Amino acid sequence: MTAEAVTSPAADRSPEVPRSRRRWLRRYSPREVLLALALLAPSIAVFVVFFYRPFLNLLNWGRFESRRNGAYFEDVGLAQYREALGSDDFREGLWHSVQFVLYTVPAGLVLGVLLAVAAHRRLRGIKVFQAIFSSTLASSTAVTSVIFFYLFNPVVGLIEANWLNDPDMAMVAVSISSIWQNMGLSFVIVLAGLQAVPDEVMEAALLDGYGAVRRLVRITLPLISPVLLFLLVVLVIFGLQAFAQIDIITKGGPVSATETLVFKINRLNRPDNIGIGAVYSIGLFLVTLVVTALQFAILERRVHYAR
Amino acid sequence: MPTLPSLRASGGDGADPGRDEVASLTFESVTKRFDDVVAVDALDLEIHDGEFMVLLGPSGCGKTTALRMIAGLEEITEGRLYIGDRVVNDVDPARRDVSMVFQSYALYPHMTVRRNIESPLLVRKYRVDGDGAPPRKLTKAERAARVDEAARVLGLTELLDRKPAALSGGQRQRVALARAFVGRPQAYLMDEPLSNLDAKLRAATRLELVDLHRRVQTTVVYVTHDQVEAMTMADRIAIMSAGRLQQVGTPQEVYDRPANLFVAQFIGTPPMNTLTGTVTTDGGTGPAVDVGHGRVPLPPGLTTRLEEGRPVVVGVRPEHLALSDEGPLEQKVRAVEWLGHECLVFGAIGDSPLVVRQTGLARLEPGGTARLVVDPAHVHVFDPETTERLP
Repeated sequence: MTAEAVTSPAADRSPEVPRSRRRWLRRYSPREVLLALALLAPSIAVFVVFFYRPFLNLLNWGRFESRRNGAYFEDVGLAQYREALGSDDFREGLWHSVQFVLYTVPAGLVLGVLLAVAAHRRLRGIKVFQAIFSSTLASSTAVTSVIFFYLFNPVVGLIEANWLNDPDMAMVAVSISSIWQNMGLSFVIVLAGLQAVPDEVMEAALLDGYGAVRRLVRITLPLISPVLLFLLVVLVIFGLQAFAQIDIITKGGPVSATETLVFKINRLNRPDNIGIGAVYSIGLFLVTLVVTALQFAILERRVHYAR
Repeated sequence: MPTLPSLRASGGDGADPGRDEVASLTFESVTKRFDDVVAVDALDLEIHDGEFMVLLGPSGCGKTTALRMIAGLEEITEGRLYIGDRVVNDVDPARRDVSMVFQSYALYPHMTVRRNIESPLLVRKYRVDGDGAPPRKLTKAERAARVDEAARVLGLTELLDRKPAALSGGQRQRVALARAFVGRPQAYLMDEPLSNLDAKLRAATRLELVDLHRRVQTTVVYVTHDQVEAMTMADRIAIMSAGRLQQVGTPQEVYDRPANLFVAQFIGTPPMNTLTGTVTTDGGTGPAVDVGHGRVPLPPGLTTRLEEGRPVVVGVRPEHLALSDEGPLEQKVRAVEWLGHECLVFGAIGDSPLVVRQTGLARLEPGGTARLVVDPAHVHVFDPETTERLP
């Protein structure tokens, strides 16, 4: 009889509650719609003024090709889109942007995780280290860039080789300053993620004999995967949009070795080239959109959202 | 009814049905300090092989810390902890051959039930090839067999491919138990495993745990603040307070002969009544304690010689008081709670609150008085200074 009691799960036959039907399927009264619109109005207004309208303007400018150095513009339709997006210059910018992302994002992620794992423990004075590690988040890109500009100076800096004048190394140098700056952000976000992992789960892993590496790979990383996906998306977008550090440290040089898409868009931002600049901007937008969508499409299924 | 195979670890499968490993747990003046706070103070406790030992006490009494020291999750500040004959102070948690059921269950939320249960088998090494052979990791087939068996015993077979989020609280609790049992350790450590279940499920699971223990015959150390769990499940109870062990004994021992006032008032619902008074031999049938508003007789078996006028604390459980018109004690009645099969009469003698438990319904009015008789055999006497029981 008693054995029966053990094997039968009858005691906790709690019914599975079906997820409630999606609310937006039901009809709303006009009053409710009005109220919703009123509440949304401020953010809609901000988006219209600062995003949707400029975006439509860009799309429009892309059709106009400058004549006589911007004296007048001619509507060439999609021709300019084809020409500009197919140009070697655009491709070079795109490649440099991709390079910059590849240099900065994985390194920033890995360093952030390692630092956060190292600083996520109960030790006397650990707050000091947490503050130090997160401090790069609080320093402005301009200040960071100036610091690294001098660190890379062959005369007064740390490295004797002249990386900033070496087309192969200039991008690495700029990336290092960005990695340093992203590290603080990664650290803060990963640390917050780690603090949400229950201690008892980590202790269970300890009792199950998991070593430090196995705990990190099998337990910690899956449990903070939503945070990692967020970081990945944000860092990629930061990388594609990076401008100030490039402008300050290399000005796109040597030659055009560090001219990323954003840098080129900025260079084209003159009346005689505004049409091409608009097309580049749309190109960058599409690249960002596709990359972000791909990240979600590929990775979100592997992300474990705790409930 | 199918007979369930023993979950006990033994040399070869079925070759040696008897107990082959001694898995007693011994605390030898073990102290744990967190900075200046003494969580466990010079604990001496022997938990016998195969025993169901409950560590009972209010929150902050050190019971969970004691359990975590067995698991190896807390370092021992002073003293020695033995598992069997082995001092394990510095042994890695995974090498202590114990498993733990956490209060929150601590399931891995990103893994299926199967993977959760299998987890302790993935890395740890097990003695599966008989006594002489060194421990080794289990093969995939061995792991699958053990997971299936544990799942079957705990009624989880249908749920093996689900994730913890898709399980009810009771089912999660079973997964945590299965994960603890699958490695067939020398001792199971349980930290308030029932506290997240509702009352009905908790009562059912209590019975199942007792039954499971009866079949695996392995040492269980079970931490709880719930005296009902302690009384119903334990072979012996260790009652702790403020980091110190107060008493160890069978449920009946701690109930019938509480070692001090703390145990007397911690065990039992409602708790034992205590009255302060002085020993007197005047005018009555024998030595008694004058509690101001009446006399409480001393128990017949008392061996301590109590001189006249000595202050003592007498304890009487609510069920050992009875309403009687000629009783020597007078209680002011404050309220009567009728629970159906019994009623509780709340009141006071002098300034000391007093509860009487009576079968059936007591026809008493709040504000009136009731006279009580005391069963002398069930009177407990304590020293007011040391709070210890006087033998």
